[in-house]
Amino acid sequence: MDHAAFAESARAGAAAWDAGAGLPAEVVRSVADAGFLAADLPVEHGGRGWSATEVGELCASLGGVCSALRALVTVQGMVAAAVLRWGDRGQRAAWLPALAGGDRLAAFAATETGAGTDLSAVDTEISATPGGLRVRGRKVWVTFGQSADVFLVLARSGGGLRTALVEADRPGVTVEPVTGQLGMRAARIANVRFDDVTIPAANAIAPPGYGLSHVAGTALDHGRFTVAWGCVGIAESCLDHTATHVGTRTQGGARLADHDAVRALLGRCLAEARAARAVCAHAAALRERGEPAAIAETVLAKYTASRAATAVSEHAVRLHGSAGIAPDSTVGRLHRDAVVMRIIEGPDEVAERHLGDHALRRRR
Amino acid sequence: MSSQFSPQEVDGDVLRQVRAFFDTALPGNAIGADDDYFALGVVNSLMALEMVTHVERAFGLRVETEDLELDNFRTMNNMARFVERKLAAARG
Ligand SMILES: Cc1cc2nc3c(=O)[nH]c(=O)nc-3n(C[C@H](O)[C@H](O)[C@H](O)COP(=O)(O)OP(=O)(O)OC[C@H]3O[C@@H](n4cnc5c(N)ncnc54)[C@H](O)[C@@H]3O)c2cc1C
Repeated sequence: MDHAAFAESARAGAAAWDAGAGLPAEVVRSVADAGFLAADLPVEHGGRGWSATEVGELCASLGGVCSALRALVTVQGMVAAAVLRWGDRGQRAAWLPALAGGDRLAAFAATETGAGTDLSAVDTEISATPGGLRVRGRKVWVTFGQSADVFLVLARSGGGLRTALVEADRPGVTVEPVTGQLGMRAARIANVRFDDVTIPAANAIAPPGYGLSHVAGTALDHGRFTVAWGCVGIAESCLDHTATHVGTRTQGGARLADHDAVRALLGRCLAEARAARAVCAHAAALRERGEPAAIAETVLAKYTASRAATAVSEHAVRLHGSAGIAPDSTVGRLHRDAVVMRIIEGPDEVAERHLGDHALRRRR
Repeated sequence: MSSQFSPQEVDGDVLRQVRAFFDTALPGNAIGADDDYFALGVVNSLMALEMVTHVERAFGLRVETEDLELDNFRTMNNMARFVERKLAAARG
């Protein structure tokens, strides 16, 4: 099934997943069986060798229907990208085919109560212990932490920040579901405690000192890219829903779309959505060419697209009137999800700082 | 070229291409070839990865996780030496 058809088939369930216990296991399985997890991994590692553009389009399709579906692709892709880039030969062989096939579900566990935008402040510790490494600490807001078989954990250690893969079934791992949050309610988010969890030394990815800048950096760059495209999906989907609504709903003997003000607002939403898509396509092209600037342009894509998603979804809610606020409102759900995208993988304020640096270096 | 006579000698062309990255990323910088730019605090959090991509593209090599073991990326001279070692290894 192509991803547009898959997204269409998920449309009917999305509201119930959001209101209930989250994305059901069989839906997660169907995403894996469709080949959508870590599809950009090279074929030799079990992936499909998809281009950045193909992954982006997948995330736009899924994001326009259900942010949790898109988030599943995001977190699996983040961990796969980090292991592909910074795992050694043995680690790639051990993990990548299982991630691409969905036999192992991965989550990214970096944030702590004391370390959010500033991840260098993480307090979770990885230390040497007889037989391997010991992990001690507590992570919060781990997307798909309830479903994950393995966590990519960012921690401090003797030689600086480092990362390791920690399997969820190891003694000392406790998963505490997070529920009732504003957005991304179906993304099976969890807080995760690591109480002196012992892992083999072979689970450490990259040497100490490179955990944040290189390993988490690679994961977050990949995450920004897929979140950005998910936001394109949110903006385009909200625009479509709204065009349909204002074209059919009548009040005072006129369709809502008969009001100039309503049509102008739709025009503004179209401009926002189209611009977001163009910026994301630009980032995808730079990624495909392996350009160093792809990293900053991906920050720009995520910044632009998440702002478009919040703006368009907010207008969409208003143009739907009470129907936009109702419990089963699709645009309402997408708006709650869009707000999250302005915070994760670098909030606006932090992105703007990086983009300012990027602007300075681009001056001629 | 071979570094068998003087391991400290750095190929001028390689160093120039390494420096090109910093001149683009940090216009007007005054970083010396032996300065630790991480310690100087001039490198933002995205630049560490950009540096890797730049080196890979400019010299057609791949930075592996093993390459992170050393202080390969701390100074321009270190990076140039690292590039030379990788290129020499690739030539066999
Ligand atoms: C739904 C959801 C899913 C998530 N999933 C994951 C996950 O899978 N894995 C994971 O590790 N984390 C995850 N997170 C955590 C997320 O990455 C953090 O919430 C985010 O990094 C912000 O950290 P914080 O919440 O501690 O906010 P803070 O760091 O307290 O920042 C709050 C606000 O202050 C401002 N601010 C902060 N620093 C600066 C600065 N330097 N300059 C200017 N302004 C600043 C920004 O507006 C920012 O939004 C998730 C969060 C949510 C809400």
